[in-house]
Amino acid sequence: MAAKSALDLKTVSILSEHRTDIAAYEHPWVVRMAHWANAASLFVMVTTGLRIYKAFPSFGAKIPQHDFINIPKWLTLGGWLGGALQWHFTFAWIFVVTGLTYVIYQIVSGNYRQVLFTLRDVSGVWPMARHYFFFGKKPEVTEPYNPLQKLAYTSSIFFGILATLTGFVLYKPAQLWWLAYPMGGYHLTRVWHFLAMCGFLSFIPGHLIMVALHGWNNFYSMLVGWKKGPEYI
Amino acid sequence: MAFLALDTANDAKPHNGNDMNPDDNPEKASVSPSDVREAPSDEEKVLTHRDFSRMSRRELLKLSPLVVLGAFAIPRVQEKLLEKGVALSDWASGEFFSKSRLARTFKDSDVVPFEKFPYNGYDILDPEVDLDSWTLTVEGLVRNPGEFELPKIQTLPKIVQNTRHVCVEGWDAIGNFGGARVSDFLKFIGADTTARFVEVECADDYYESLDMASMLQPQSLMCYEMYGKPLDRGHGAPLRLQMPTKLGYKQAKYLTTFRVTNVLKSDRKGYWEDQGYSWHGGL
Repeated sequence: MAAKSALDLKTVSILSEHRTDIAAYEHPWVVRMAHWANAASLFVMVTTGLRIYKAFPSFGAKIPQHDFINIPKWLTLGGWLGGALQWHFTFAWIFVVTGLTYVIYQIVSGNYRQVLFTLRDVSGVWPMARHYFFFGKKPEVTEPYNPLQKLAYTSSIFFGILATLTGFVLYKPAQLWWLAYPMGGYHLTRVWHFLAMCGFLSFIPGHLIMVALHGWNNFYSMLVGWKKGPEYI
Repeated sequence: MAFLALDTANDAKPHNGNDMNPDDNPEKASVSPSDVREAPSDEEKVLTHRDFSRMSRRELLKLSPLVVLGAFAIPRVQEKLLEKGVALSDWASGEFFSKSRLARTFKDSDVVPFEKFPYNGYDILDPEVDLDSWTLTVEGLVRNPGEFELPKIQTLPKIVQNTRHVCVEGWDAIGNFGGARVSDFLKFIGADTTARFVEVECADDYYESLDMASMLQPQSLMCYEMYGKPLDRGHGAPLRLQMPTKLGYKQAKYLTTFRVTNVLKSDRKGYWEDQGYSWHGGL
């Protein structure tokens, strides 16, 4: 019988004198490229976005101005508003192209089944969350991504779409006034754009902690695609 | 096929922890090391550790295109790349702009009170223009160059509109503006509207340059009134540009010179643009 994961991932056996390891090709090249390009562009978009926001750190009127938050300069990139805008409008292209490439690849290749959160994942969310946050028993690992991961990765696509659409409205409110309507108008679009960033920020720390906890083998798989001894096989 | 397999695997296995018997799970059993050694599948490769490491390194090298992104960390290259990035965005902005597409206009009740319409300037709010002797100098690719007094500009049809003023900093305010269409003024001075740019200079030494397409948009005004009163000094008396399709910094105040041209000096595209703002600045 073929040694296959449930998802038809490509696998190999690695022979040594004492044991045999299985390795699965979890992350195709396009996915890895997109992951790292996106990590870079997201970093730039968030840090320069915060610098841009610092120029008017409010969601209200200019007069009287009530600041919402004071963003420390060391969290920002670009130096000043003009510099941050240059970074933002350069990496916006990289962000959008990367996102589109990723989504199209996932759909065409069928690889989306690995990460797409669907109805049948709903029941698995709580057991996983209980394990992560409340020391509950670890649920059985049956596939590359657990329900909580799927929820995170799938919602990050949603945040990406929201960030892109609201970004376009803020960039071209006169040309895209019709797109501002579902967002509650130009003024509120700025709030949505900010919330899209908060969505990403809510995901990234957890993601990084998990990467740190799961060690080198897991991290290395996002570089080379192959994961040695995956739990689900 | 794979999808089906996944479904059944999920159904068969309650999430009940680590005490599963591997025999319960045919898939799990099938890939136990002993099985693989006895019956390697046709599809599956068997590799030595060395081969596997070599294959992994090859996969790692395939990510090398990403090194290009590292160029953004090199200061000298970085500046050029960002210039290119902004130029690309500006090009896209210009292509996307349509002079027949109108910016939204608003009801009188949506307009902020005059006191809440912000004053903004790069330096001083009152460059002390002598309003009595003021004229607008018209130059460049026009049939009627010369000095234009305000009453002359006011003979053109007056447009009054409630539009949103958007500042690059992120704030916005809906105001009430009155003036002559830039497009009417261009006709009035016999401008070559196939020219690419209009340059303006201001009494406070501010300067700007704008694309002809945006100037011809029917909501672009040579603005001399706000809220039904002559423009006050802080908002650019006696004449400013008011364009709902441009960011605030493009809408120069205290105009003194209006030049139609095909050539922009690379170091004099606009006060803020020369420091790094986007040139198109279109909304």
